[in-house]
Amino acid sequence: MLEVAIRRVVGDFVLDVDLRASSGVTALFGPSGAGKTSVARCVAGLARPDAGRIALDGQVLFGEGVDMPPHRRGIGYVFQEARLFPHLDVRANLLYGAPRGVDLGAVADMLDIVPLLDRRPGGLSGGEAARVAIGRALLRAPKLLILDEPLAALDARRRAAILPYLERLRGQGVPILYISHAIEEVARLATTLVLLRDGKVQAAGPIADLLADPDMAVLLGPGQAGAVLEGQVIGSDAGSARIQTAAGTLAVTGQAEMGATVRLRVRASDVTLADRKPEGLSEPNVLPARVEVITDLGSGAMVRLRVGEASVLSQVGRDAVTALALAPGRDIWVVLRVAGAARWASGESQAP
Amino acid sequence: MIALPPEAWEALALSLRVSVVAVLASLPLAIWVAHVLARGAFRGKGVLDALVHLPLVLPPVVTGYALLLLFSRAGPIGGVLEPLGLGIAFRWTGAALAAAVMAFPLVVRSIRLAIEAVDPKLEEAAATLGASPWRVWITVTLPMAAPGVLAGVVMGFAKAFGEFGATITFVASIPGETRTLPSAIYAFLQVPGGGDGLRGLVLIAVVIAVGAVLVADWLAPRVAARIAGR
Repeated sequence: MLEVAIRRVVGDFVLDVDLRASSGVTALFGPSGAGKTSVARCVAGLARPDAGRIALDGQVLFGEGVDMPPHRRGIGYVFQEARLFPHLDVRANLLYGAPRGVDLGAVADMLDIVPLLDRRPGGLSGGEAARVAIGRALLRAPKLLILDEPLAALDARRRAAILPYLERLRGQGVPILYISHAIEEVARLATTLVLLRDGKVQAAGPIADLLADPDMAVLLGPGQAGAVLEGQVIGSDAGSARIQTAAGTLAVTGQAEMGATVRLRVRASDVTLADRKPEGLSEPNVLPARVEVITDLGSGAMVRLRVGEASVLSQVGRDAVTALALAPGRDIWVVLRVAGAARWASGESQAP
Repeated sequence: MIALPPEAWEALALSLRVSVVAVLASLPLAIWVAHVLARGAFRGKGVLDALVHLPLVLPPVVTGYALLLLFSRAGPIGGVLEPLGLGIAFRWTGAALAAAVMAFPLVVRSIRLAIEAVDPKLEEAAATLGASPWRVWITVTLPMAAPGVLAGVVMGFAKAFGEFGATITFVASIPGETRTLPSAIYAFLQVPGGGDGLRGLVLIAVVIAVGAVLVADWLAPRVAARIAGR
């Protein structure tokens, strides 16, 4: 459990945050300049807050007269650039912070870096270097792992190639503080979401709740809002899979391993409403729902719907609210587009 | 093989010993001063910087005279060392000290530039991997700065080998004790006709100076490539 309550002033920028991160992946999310990296650097001991307190698992790292140097904090840090030591080969980089006699085999296997072990960092691609940096931080056996936009320096294809490794990382049991300004990454990886803006915490809570909150949709901006649904693969054949989620059984395109836990992202713009059950659609995911909350966005509205046991957001035009007589408590049908625009990802139990 | 009189060989051997000892014995201090100048933030840094560079800008004879004042039997340091039998004035160790002082600014400058070029982000990364500041320095900063340290050592050696003014002022030119190669060349020059050893010693001086520069040029890119990890 990480507890952070700090204040730091640099020029005009005031960072004043109070947040907690327990097990799983806590995403520190916000636009660039929100102060995310400042928080991470204060936690790791690379920057000093003006005041406040930082504690990890009950041990005070900063405050109450303590300012523990970074090397004693037991916090692994993966920087935006890999920061590998150029004068050491990959193996020596991985073992730099590892306890004596540790076996790097399992971590190297997980990150697919075994073939790189005898190479020098100078010859690695961006994606390879990022994986080595993650392995190096993990082998240090940290009490907390900070990932500070580890994908930001990579292009879209390499980013997509690394995400599955980060998902496997979730299964390692180390609490992770994941810093990102990309909602897609956060939606895929995080268990808890902390929204940071202008140096302040705007919202914090379980990711499924926050992403299904219409008010969050306003904070996230258009096109970003959308719920996440976790589920289990209960059926799989060539090119499509059936996923059991709290909203019901959903069909998605793509390959999946039977029994795997996956996470589906359902963008608000990919959820269509209908006042009677639509038939003859190309989209197979048609489910009954009930309107919970309607939030006016000006140009339209964000509707939170109860679908089965889950909450899903739908972004509708202004006219739709009157045409469909949308009001809290109204029973309605939803068409969820999960394949295509929606990302879905494997959970810790499954290899990508 | 050049035919050299025995006193010329003696001067060459002494010069090699003096300059190797001068550079190696002053290297730890040079690295420390270079690090402090590169990374330290304290009052008086400018003064330290000026002090280190002083031998570079002072006339060597002034530096030699200052050493003489400090280390002679009557001087504040020599007065302590001489009765203990550790005196260095007019000894080969004094020649080594004079050479070290004269070479010091070159060595420090080269190492300082190399340390300044080490990316502090790598040192940060090492700290988050649990390395103490001392371990960070030994395992990251110093290896990364190695080409500069090496270049400093080679240039320092060449400078120490050729040092004349401060040496002859501080420890005179005693054959077999303080008559280094440049002093010997000077002594040969005082003899009409130059004596047998003059041409040979001049040739050796040129070969060693050029050799040092060539070695430094050959070594630097190799070490740099190794450090860059390719």
